[in-house]
Amino acid sequence: MATVSVRQALKSFGTTRILHGVDVEIADGEFVVLVGPSGCGKSTLLRMIAGLENITGGEIAIDGRVVNNVPPKDRDIAMVFQNYALYPHMTVRQNMAFSMKLAKAPAAIMEEEVQRAAKILGLDALLDRFPRQLSGGQRQRVAMGRAIVRHPQVFLFDEPLSNLDAKLRVQMRSEIRELQQRLATTTIYVTHDQIEAMTMADQIVVMNGGRIEQAGAPLALYDKPANLFVAGFIGSPAMNLLPGMVADGGFRTTGGALLPLPPHAHTNVATYGIRPEHMSLSDDGVEGTIVLVEPTGSETQVTMRMGETVVTGAFRERVQGRPGDKLRVLPDLGLVHLFGPDGARLPS
Amino acid sequence: MSATTAAPVWTKMRPKQGALSRLFDWKPFLAFICLLPAAGLLMTFLTYPLGLGIYLAFTDTTIGRPGIWVGLENFIWLAEDPIFWNAVFYSVFYTGVATIGKFALGLWLALLLNQHLPMKSLLRAIILLPWIVPTVLSAIAFWWIYDPQFSIISYLFIEMGLRETNIDFINTAWPARWSLIAANIWRGIPFVAISLLAGLQTISPSLYEAALLDGASGWQRFRYITFPMLLPILAIVMTFSIIFTFTDFQLVYAITRGGPVNSTHLLATLAFQRGIPGGQLGEGAAIAVSMIPFLVFATLFSYFGLARRKWQQGEGND
Repeated sequence: MATVSVRQALKSFGTTRILHGVDVEIADGEFVVLVGPSGCGKSTLLRMIAGLENITGGEIAIDGRVVNNVPPKDRDIAMVFQNYALYPHMTVRQNMAFSMKLAKAPAAIMEEEVQRAAKILGLDALLDRFPRQLSGGQRQRVAMGRAIVRHPQVFLFDEPLSNLDAKLRVQMRSEIRELQQRLATTTIYVTHDQIEAMTMADQIVVMNGGRIEQAGAPLALYDKPANLFVAGFIGSPAMNLLPGMVADGGFRTTGGALLPLPPHAHTNVATYGIRPEHMSLSDDGVEGTIVLVEPTGSETQVTMRMGETVVTGAFRERVQGRPGDKLRVLPDLGLVHLFGPDGARLPS
Repeated sequence: MSATTAAPVWTKMRPKQGALSRLFDWKPFLAFICLLPAAGLLMTFLTYPLGLGIYLAFTDTTIGRPGIWVGLENFIWLAEDPIFWNAVFYSVFYTGVATIGKFALGLWLALLLNQHLPMKSLLRAIILLPWIVPTVLSAIAFWWIYDPQFSIISYLFIEMGLRETNIDFINTAWPARWSLIAANIWRGIPFVAISLLAGLQTISPSLYEAALLDGASGWQRFRYITFPMLLPILAIVMTFSIIFTFTDFQLVYAITRGGPVNSTHLLATLAFQRGIPGGQLGEGAAIAVSMIPFLVFATLFSYFGLARRKWQQGEGND
């Protein structure tokens, strides 16, 4: 178990800069999720921590030791790859024992470790199978087993669930989280799926274009997104982000809708953010025309048009309207997010 | 347009099939028709000559005289012929040493080409050159390289002061044998290197990364990842290479014609020598037929190579 510090990490491929000075502090035993859209540099950062990519600038320390020039095998880390990278010509047992075999561990200890990991992951019956004889979820578990037997200081996961179907993904999500809590090993997990990030992380690091947009606890990011990018990225369905300006005693969107502002609001508001779930049906609300109604059972998502502005609302109530009907909705003024012209959150 | 025009009637019924159309829908007939051209070509150009060759091996046919059936006489005669046994020995030796050489150097080259090198595709194209040059041309080039008087190798050695006299490449038995093997290795490397390179490129880079994190050294990555993953393709390429080398004719015939004193005859060159210039068609055919057991052995090698692949990576066959 160890801490991981990334200080001003830079990465360039040729003249293309991928990471522009990234700082991340990871406490011992913490589960950190790096999340962001494709190409934001999150996988590159993970591979730099693993030692599979060299570090163009800055430094990375594991357990206080700077590892910039330490080869991957001496960093005491284990990684689960997106495609699992199981050795196809080895059985599950051989796959899991490979690192110990290279380290010339005695056969008895190897078998004991493999059995222990297999028990944790429910792979006991599959030890003599080849990877091709396993289902996606089982392969995923073998990849984790290969990581567990090494007792590494840090686990690295590179989008491990992206090849699984939706149901299995939810199941493996909780299995990974549970396993991490049991082993209490520092874990860095890369995903582009913000729901995975929200449900699994102790700390989320939102990345975009090679920079960190915001880092913090999942709910802190949800409640107080630092800028427009985080506001739009975290939360599902996504937050309504409506450009416009303060006028006419409220916020006039460029589409023409007039939305109420919280008291003492800043006058320099350029974007008005409200999450769909923070709107309620109210007779004294803002009128909109229904475009689409999507019932999910537990709630109903309604897309409506206010002037030219399209707003999404999610309501606990069952909305009976049809496209073209009028609906009045009211944003919860305590949960409105206001952003300045530079995209940064305005203090409320 | 008159309003009385009848609207087109469409009943959604399929038109009745003609007899010919039904015949072509009948799978056994279709399979037979489709196979016919290929089967015809194979029968004419492969099965017939092979059958004729095997038949001739049991006759005493010579050029200009249809022979009679003599049973195993040709083989019994060959069994006591030291030149034949010399050819058997040299065929096996030539194939063995050349295959080892081709695979050692070819695999090494493939591993090199699989690295990130500048001008990689140009290098790969250059590597293929020995393979695309017609064999007889390269054989003639080697003939010059090995020439007793004008050999460029001898010239360079003497110029550098490493030797006093020209090297004797092809005028005594053992140097000639080794020289031919060297020429064969040179010609065979590209096939091996390019085939193995294709195999190497199918190995997912993430396996190497996983092995790197598991603590594998360069040698261990080769030993535990590259080699076992390459084994299926290695087996196939080796089978082909063994068959090509064992049945080689052009290099030897163009450079030494089996000499000096029959020391470099392969079974193929000896069979030709006896059969065509020598006129003893029956005996030549018997020599050629005696290659079959060796080739069957090489094919079995491939069969077991393939069987192993199924159980490692292929689909099904659990």
